Amino acid sequence: MKSRRALYTGIFLAALFVSWHALYMAFGPRVLTPPWETFGNVVNILMAPVYWPHIGESIRSFSIALAIAFGLGTLGGVAIGGWRACAEVLEPLLVNFNSVPKVALYPVILLIFGLGMWAKVVFGVLHGVIPIMIASIGAVRNVNPIFVRSAQTMHLTRLQMIRRIWVPATIPEIFSGLRLGFSLTLLGTVFGEFFASQRGFGFLLMNAIDLRDVRTIMALILILVVFAVISNSALLAIDHRLHRRRA
Amino acid sequence: MTRYGWIRLVIVAALALFLEALCRTGVIPPLIMIPPSEMLAAAWRILASGEMKGDFYSSLANICIAIIFSVAGGFLAGLAIFSVPDLRAAAEPLLASYSAVPPIVFYPMLIVIFGLNRVPQVLLAVMFGFVPMAIHTINGLDRIRPVFLKVGRANRVSTFISIFRIQLPAAAPYLFIGVTLAVSYSIIGVISSEFVLSAKGIGHQISYAYDNYDNRAMYGLIVLVLGIATLLNTSLRYYSQRMLKRWTR
Repeated sequence: MKSRRALYTGIFLAALFVSWHALYMAFGPRVLTPPWETFGNVVNILMAPVYWPHIGESIRSFSIALAIAFGLGTLGGVAIGGWRACAEVLEPLLVNFNSVPKVALYPVILLIFGLGMWAKVVFGVLHGVIPIMIASIGAVRNVNPIFVRSAQTMHLTRLQMIRRIWVPATIPEIFSGLRLGFSLTLLGTVFGEFFASQRGFGFLLMNAIDLRDVRTIMALILILVVFAVISNSALLAIDHRLHRRRA
Repeated sequence: MTRYGWIRLVIVAALALFLEALCRTGVIPPLIMIPPSEMLAAAWRILASGEMKGDFYSSLANICIAIIFSVAGGFLAGLAIFSVPDLRAAAEPLLASYSAVPPIVFYPMLIVIFGLNRVPQVLLAVMFGFVPMAIHTINGLDRIRPVFLKVGRANRVSTFISIFRIQLPAAAPYLFIGVTLAVSYSIIGVISSEFVLSAKGIGHQISYAYDNYDNRAMYGLIVLVLGIATLLNTSLRYYSQRMLKRWTR
């Protein structure tokens, strides 16, 4: 099965490159660049010192946003999930907020935090924190009550209870939430850099759009896609492992 | 409404009142945020004056087209992936990592290919929306219990009845989750792409108002967008729950 999957992934990648090239043949160099040339452009961008401050800035704001979203989402979710009434009241609000176009709120964030890194960080957090929180609430509330009761009959101390019951029972689901939160925080941070930003990956992308610089647009998109897919695959592997161990 | 629903309402109202107090006392200057009551008034004025009718129609039309394509496309894709095991083996890792890539980064490319009109916006929204629909369709079809199908066969029901009275209702809870997500992602996709670059639409008007320091129009529009999204989501959830109750009785 595993080798079959690898084969299919290979076929898919090959098909992707073929259709990419076909698109290039159909639309021409004014609209998009062919695969190999794009890879060359990616290397050029990564090697050019002009781009490093932008990439560094994006990495910095993404890491900060991620840390805040992870911390706030997990702690907040566990706290809310631990109190039943609180979860019943707040969860629908969170679910609703999750489905609202957050870009509509970006001007508000810009007005409050001003132009600069913090607006992007807050926008990234805004995208990532809610799914993490919802997953954590679900994780805490779905712990099998038998585990807790049997732990009580065995007179586990509070610390033991956390270490032996709560953590192992909730970690897999919380981690699934973190994986989703990772992608959404990335979306939020890059999206935040699209507007009113002087530096960063999103700024480069927007700048390239204004200049109609197709080579740079394609190369930047490719960098972002590769980064997103690789980090997601790593997180997915951990995720599967955690869920299997519990089963 | 349930007790928890009332508490929720009280919390939201209290938050709005708190913001109102902060704005009225000048703790939050009007350059940053106008009081919630004035936001509502501005929203009402926008609706009543009809000055942005074209933008609203354009956005809502885009959203509707995107929803139809996301739901139908996602369902058909899910059905195909579910019924062809080879396709499933190929598609599953892809679906899992699809959500990792922010679709909005493809928007510039779509504009270059299709031009600055509604096609790239709808396409982007469909890219956002059809994957969760496909994932939840597969999920729902997976969870149809074999015993249901056996009972159907034992009673010699026709394929038509088997599909509409047994299989679809059994998969319905998951299909509804998919539809809810497809709807909200369609809204997000349309509004976001309009915000980034567009000549028309609610998202475009918000960014236009922001660029012109027109806080009144901006907050009015934001309230309207949040209101439309909330209304669609809540009614969809309410409706799907009622339908589930009827089907699973």
